[in-house]
Amino acid sequence: MTVESTAARKPRRSAGSKAGATGTERTTRTTARKAAEPELVQLLTPEGKRVKNAKNAEYAKYVADVTPEDLRGLYRDMVLTRRFDAEATALQRQGELGLWASLLGQEAAQIGSGRALRDDDYVFPTYREHGVAWCRGVDPTNLLGMFRGVNNGGWDPNGNNFHLYTIVIGSQTLHATGYAMGVAKDGADSAVIAYFGDGASSQGDVAESFTFSAVYNAPVVFFCQNNQWAISEPTEKQTRVPLYQRAQGYGFPGVRVDGNDVLACLAVTRWALDRARDGEGPTLVEAYTYRMGAHTTSDDPTKYRADEERESWEAKDPILRLRRYLEASNHTDEGFFAELEAESEALGKRVREAVRAMPDPDRFAIFENVYADGHALVDEERAQFAAYQASFATESDSGLAAGPGGK
Amino acid sequence: MAESVTAKNLALAKAINESLRRALETDPKVLIMGEDVGKLGGVFRVTDGLQKDFGESRVIDTPLAESGIVGTAIGLALRGYRPVVEIQFDGFVFPAYDQIVTQLAKMHARSLGKVKLPVVVRIPYGGGIGAVEHHSESPEALFAHVSGLKIVSPSNASDAYWMMQQAIQSDDPVIFFEPKRRYWDKGEVDTEAIPGPLHKAQVVREGTDLTLVAYGPMVKLCQEVAAAAAEEGKNLEVLDLRSVSPLDFDSIQASVEKTRRLVVVHEAPVFFGSGAEIAARITERCFYHLEAPVLRVGGYHAPYPPARLEEEYLPGLDRVLDAVDRALAY
Ligand SMILES: Cc1ncc(C[n+]2csc(CCOP(=O)(O)OP(=O)(O)O)c2C)c(N)n1
Repeated sequence: MTVESTAARKPRRSAGSKAGATGTERTTRTTARKAAEPELVQLLTPEGKRVKNAKNAEYAKYVADVTPEDLRGLYRDMVLTRRFDAEATALQRQGELGLWASLLGQEAAQIGSGRALRDDDYVFPTYREHGVAWCRGVDPTNLLGMFRGVNNGGWDPNGNNFHLYTIVIGSQTLHATGYAMGVAKDGADSAVIAYFGDGASSQGDVAESFTFSAVYNAPVVFFCQNNQWAISEPTEKQTRVPLYQRAQGYGFPGVRVDGNDVLACLAVTRWALDRARDGEGPTLVEAYTYRMGAHTTSDDPTKYRADEERESWEAKDPILRLRRYLEASNHTDEGFFAELEAESEALGKRVREAVRAMPDPDRFAIFENVYADGHALVDEERAQFAAYQASFATESDSGLAAGPGGK
Repeated sequence: MAESVTAKNLALAKAINESLRRALETDPKVLIMGEDVGKLGGVFRVTDGLQKDFGESRVIDTPLAESGIVGTAIGLALRGYRPVVEIQFDGFVFPAYDQIVTQLAKMHARSLGKVKLPVVVRIPYGGGIGAVEHHSESPEALFAHVSGLKIVSPSNASDAYWMMQQAIQSDDPVIFFEPKRRYWDKGEVDTEAIPGPLHKAQVVREGTDLTLVAYGPMVKLCQEVAAAAAEEGKNLEVLDLRSVSPLDFDSIQASVEKTRRLVVVHEAPVFFGSGAEIAARITERCFYHLEAPVLRVGGYHAPYPPARLEEEYLPGLDRVLDAVDRALAY
């Protein structure tokens, strides 16, 4: 793997000068780094052409067995995931969800990596991995509970080997590492994958997960979706070197893949998972992609980024490129797209109806599962809560004010 | 407050914004640091426009790392700066908790007073905005238990403005809890006024029958409670603590000696919360004045619930009135 020269060196501060608000402070520049961007592993160009070169040959063999049917499957996954996501965004606007974190633009990174996994692999997502959840067979409506505000999770992580969404940035990379350490101890040949963002790469937890996974040779794949932004902060505010190069300092390989190329994401993730299974330890995959929408429905990207940027990425749309390839290679017919369109509509309808039908949680849910073994204080507070609730019933039943309790 | 040419009607968030602006203008050593505080102006827009006017070297977008934010703020303070750092939401302060508790809080004592750490850690806190998990918590007691930290929380725009000035000027680290659900509440701010001491509680409503003590987001609720109780002929006093550490026990004591009953209201879980400390000390100080045990209203010993249950979890008008009735029934 080539190592790019890092950002320009800075002169050391001249002795005695105190940086301050005097305007003499050295400015930090992120000059011309873009020009030195490393090459991506890419198997499909934005125009939908297969790429064959020396750099990607090593990875291309991992998708040599992919049939036209598999390709249609990947396409279907991406289209349905996008449709689900669009529906969720619309539901948020209609007030049915409190918040939504859209994956728009990141479908290839998620479906490519998600479809590389085996059932017995274990996934540790962040909060935007709706496409990976789809690949794991988690019913998409289950993802909506926490965004609607009816639960703080919504599924059994062990049901599909898909852990709960993690909102605290980077935390889950350590859980993935520990889980992978357990897998290795058990002598199992499954692998673990942890998803996180470019912003998260700055967190201490992520650095510590790199250290632990390297030291214990844990079978874990770190899948960083570099979607260029951490809310309003561009990747330059997190790192001065391309993110995948971080791995080198910890002693394991890192690779940057075109995150809008589903085939390349599938290939590179399979390669990394194979390394993990073969006892070769962790890998960092940086999927270079773009968050086409807002960070979440609460965010206003017009405050910090230019429209042209999004437009330039629209030209690299992950779904469009696979469609072009499928069409050019006669792997589909009109019927396929029409059927998929109908399937999308049905999914949208199902999601809409499911969300609207989602009941508010029972108020006593507050006290459920606080402990596995129970706890006297929780029992006491639940009882007080029940008595308090009952006092309203008494009030309205009898038309009298409830007498003061608590004596 | 008397009519003043310098008084403005500002939302609480905007009052903090103007206070930060004033601090940046008057002291070149003041720095703003945090995630998204620059162009975006913070997720709540509290730092809106500051980077535009003071530049990237004074208003600094940091990498996404809270331990890094507080740890480097400590270093900057050691070098003579006065950093004001923003933690995006309450639940995200914990990666920085180690730096705050083991370093920020203790360096002054360890250096035999030679080192001062004038760092302000701003934390939007509390619930009531329908957010997802980790966005609605009230962790003030976790910080109040640590010596070396000062902890304050304004309840209105004027206090937000002035307490921020005072927090920045303080040579001690201050954890500045901002009641996020009150960010949009407007109030009069007199930017030329002479503010009272940072850690002094304030009687915001005089009363004779019972004292309600609160801070931050719960002050407004307690004022509403007092208004509702007044309709039933009950005359409640409301005390806005403003500061959780140090805590102005003298003001609470004075009020309790007058009203003889005390109810403490906060959003944080009651168990081992700031209400427990208040109840214990006021019982020691006012044992013979009290007509009823000190009662507390707050969160349960349970994780902050999903948004659709937060109204059940958070102290509301009825729950506080219920406690008031119970205290008065003794
Ligand atoms: C510890 C912590 N700090 C701050 C936040 C608030 N926050 C939520 S998402 C986000 C940006 C994350 O960016 P990135 O890691 O690049 O992932 P992306 O959302 O772009 O997929 C921030 C700052 C958080 N959730 N956790």
